[in-house]
Amino acid sequence: MDRRRASQLLAGYRQFLLGRPTLSSHEQSISGSYSKLNTWRPCCMFRVSVGTPQASNYLNLGKTYATKQRSFGSAATDIPRNPAFSKLNADDISYFRTILGERNVVEDEDRLSAANVDWMRKYQGSSKLLLLPKSSQEVSKILHHCNSRKLAVVPQGGNTGLVGGSVPVHDEVIINLALMDKIISLDKINGILVCEAGCILENLSSFLENEGFIMPLDLGAKGSCQIGGNISTNAGGLRFVRYGSLHGTILGLEVVLANGTILDMLGTLRKDNTGYDLKHLFIGSEGSLGIVTKVSVLTPPKLMSTNLAFLACKEFTSCQKLLLEAKRALGEVLSAFEFMDSHSMDLVLSHLDGVRSPLSSSLYNFYILIETTGSDETYDKTKLEAFLLRSMEEGLILDGVVAQDINQSSSFWRIREGIAEASVKVGAVYKYDLSLPIDQFYGIVEEMRNRLGEAATVVGYGHLGDGNLHLNIMTTRYDSDILAQIEPYVYEWTSKHKGSISAEHGLGLMKANKIHYSKSPETVQLMVDIKKLWWLSINFKANEVLTKKSQKVVVKEAAAVTRAYY
Amino acid sequence: MKVMVAVKRVVDYAVKIRVKPDKSGVETSNVKMSMNPFCEIALEEALRIREAGAAAEVVAVSVGPAQCVDTLRTALAMGADRAVHVDVGAAPVLPLSVAKILKALVQVEQPGLLILGKQAIDDDCNQTGQMVAGLLRWPQGTFASKVVLDKEKQEATVEREVDGGIETLSLDLPAVITTDLRLNQPRYATLPNIMKAKSKVIKKVTPADLNVELKPDLEVVQVTEPPKRKAGVIVSSVDELIDKLKNEAHIL
Repeated sequence: MDRRRASQLLAGYRQFLLGRPTLSSHEQSISGSYSKLNTWRPCCMFRVSVGTPQASNYLNLGKTYATKQRSFGSAATDIPRNPAFSKLNADDISYFRTILGERNVVEDEDRLSAANVDWMRKYQGSSKLLLLPKSSQEVSKILHHCNSRKLAVVPQGGNTGLVGGSVPVHDEVIINLALMDKIISLDKINGILVCEAGCILENLSSFLENEGFIMPLDLGAKGSCQIGGNISTNAGGLRFVRYGSLHGTILGLEVVLANGTILDMLGTLRKDNTGYDLKHLFIGSEGSLGIVTKVSVLTPPKLMSTNLAFLACKEFTSCQKLLLEAKRALGEVLSAFEFMDSHSMDLVLSHLDGVRSPLSSSLYNFYILIETTGSDETYDKTKLEAFLLRSMEEGLILDGVVAQDINQSSSFWRIREGIAEASVKVGAVYKYDLSLPIDQFYGIVEEMRNRLGEAATVVGYGHLGDGNLHLNIMTTRYDSDILAQIEPYVYEWTSKHKGSISAEHGLGLMKANKIHYSKSPETVQLMVDIKKLWWLSINFKANEVLTKKSQKVVVKEAAAVTRAYY
Repeated sequence: MKVMVAVKRVVDYAVKIRVKPDKSGVETSNVKMSMNPFCEIALEEALRIREAGAAAEVVAVSVGPAQCVDTLRTALAMGADRAVHVDVGAAPVLPLSVAKILKALVQVEQPGLLILGKQAIDDDCNQTGQMVAGLLRWPQGTFASKVVLDKEKQEATVEREVDGGIETLSLDLPAVITTDLRLNQPRYATLPNIMKAKSKVIKKVTPADLNVELKPDLEVVQVTEPPKRKAGVIVSSVDELIDKLKNEAHIL
């Protein structure tokens, strides 16, 4: 396939990826500080991230959007507004009012301005309407109406995503699931939790802890992000190394498709090999295929003993060896393996209050956080200490500290989780979330430091246990010159080393047209084809008789989805 | 000079405690336990005194069940030179009993300074330090927010946080000091110290060895949770407010 065709396809893919709000809320500041940051937010309900769909509306038309207003941002994602999408009118609004009631149809400017901007303040939409459905039926009616009226919509949850996927590109109707926050049931023997997609992750965690379980994922944004959004972005987080991806822990979903069809795949069974397991398409598709409304999660039992060690290493190769050793020596009790460089430590110490470095000297280059979770405290502690002392004797660790109580553990985590928050305080942050092979892991950070020199502060940190690097480049203000130095170099470098340009944050608006750095043209073509077929199938019943002429029209409209914009 | 520090193993400060269904006490099984925060501060102060050269040895002491050994290991990992564990079995001990045991230990070890946390976060008694000082007839400086030791004159200048402000006392050693929150920030247990701690000694004694008879004078009758805070009510008019204040709150 030639480059031109490939880029056409990519542009097409980008089209239907736009306006899907779903964000992975990793690397977010912890909820308290997060809400402090957004003092302009009148209502915290908009802080939740939800990934949902609306693509079909998008798909219906193959036109181009008017230029999106963007405060600052990453690379050229100026998408003109697609004129095929209709504009909202008073009839639509009154129809929504009849479905949702007066209070949940929001046109108030303050609340809209909050919902129109993302957490990073990089992307700003111009939506004029925010809807707050309380049930899947309401979501279904909204989508059915929007589909028939060709109104673009954007699903939104905690709005904590980092790639601009949770806010409108233009004037899409925002469908925020914050009011769908009921916990439906918990199977206390197997730990299977069924809840609505608008439940905030931290609330679910607190509920589960009382019952002796925990959520299989944990991220800095837990105070604001919603589980629906976590699913739509296939969030990773801090416990990934132990509990794995959401593809493994989500047992079922209820999804509302673009035409209002409620797809009930809300199974609560561990094993169900009956046909294609479609829920995996929705997990991580960032809302481009449907709005997740209910979730069934397999929650692991809460284990009593947690131990946390904060360690210092001199070279990155020591960190790599330590990872291998940790996996061998700690085995089944290892529950987190995080890393940060000395620049991140300096950043956190200088910008956050009440934070002190656990290690007295500042001569170290890399810091590692190792957490173990098990059922026997003494046993785990002995295991961890033996491993750490051995590593120290082998020279892998220069120094380290083991937390003696929960307060100390929280303060260690505060340092690691606070990097994102501290980054934002510097001024402008360019954030990159890369999956890289372990031996190339830190190379990009050093490269960027060389490239940018004094112009920017470059920090690298992340989930070393999962091979996921977070690269933050900070300057005092957003600047297109700096941006030109960073992109597309970062993506090219990642692609050259066969990494992923978005390990857990998703593509969103920021990276939709960068997909080719990590996926082959054939793969993207298949995604586009699936999207096309999907649209066709939900808009035309199987037994509908299509005349030859109408068939052609249908195929043409479907193809229009993938037409390039330029 | 030796400094003796008494530490207590309590429910971790950050844990949400629950009352046992039979109301006999707080649920402590399957709950994270750690060193009392005030005891950590006491130990830190003792270590700083040793590092400043005013003392030669820091001995950590704990009175409690077998698991107290974990707390003593933490103390050794922070830097204490050796530890003594007084094993009293699973029954809870009250401050007076602890004070009697500490008095016996002091008579054995002969420290120049006994430092304790001002109170334990599980019973909030704030009694042990004062009782020990009384039993030993030693001077006491409680709620210390600053301690300065003068080795030659063998006296300690203690600034105490009291309700009216800060009171400064000068105590002749040997003395008892209990520590308050703002005295210092405890150090973390570093790996090199954890490694050294493995070779440090924890001596085990029983109350019988010290000739102390533990006879509880108090019996806990019942432990209940505080009443749940009721939600506030939004009133819609001033009249309604006055009505509520008159008839429901009986304030007007």
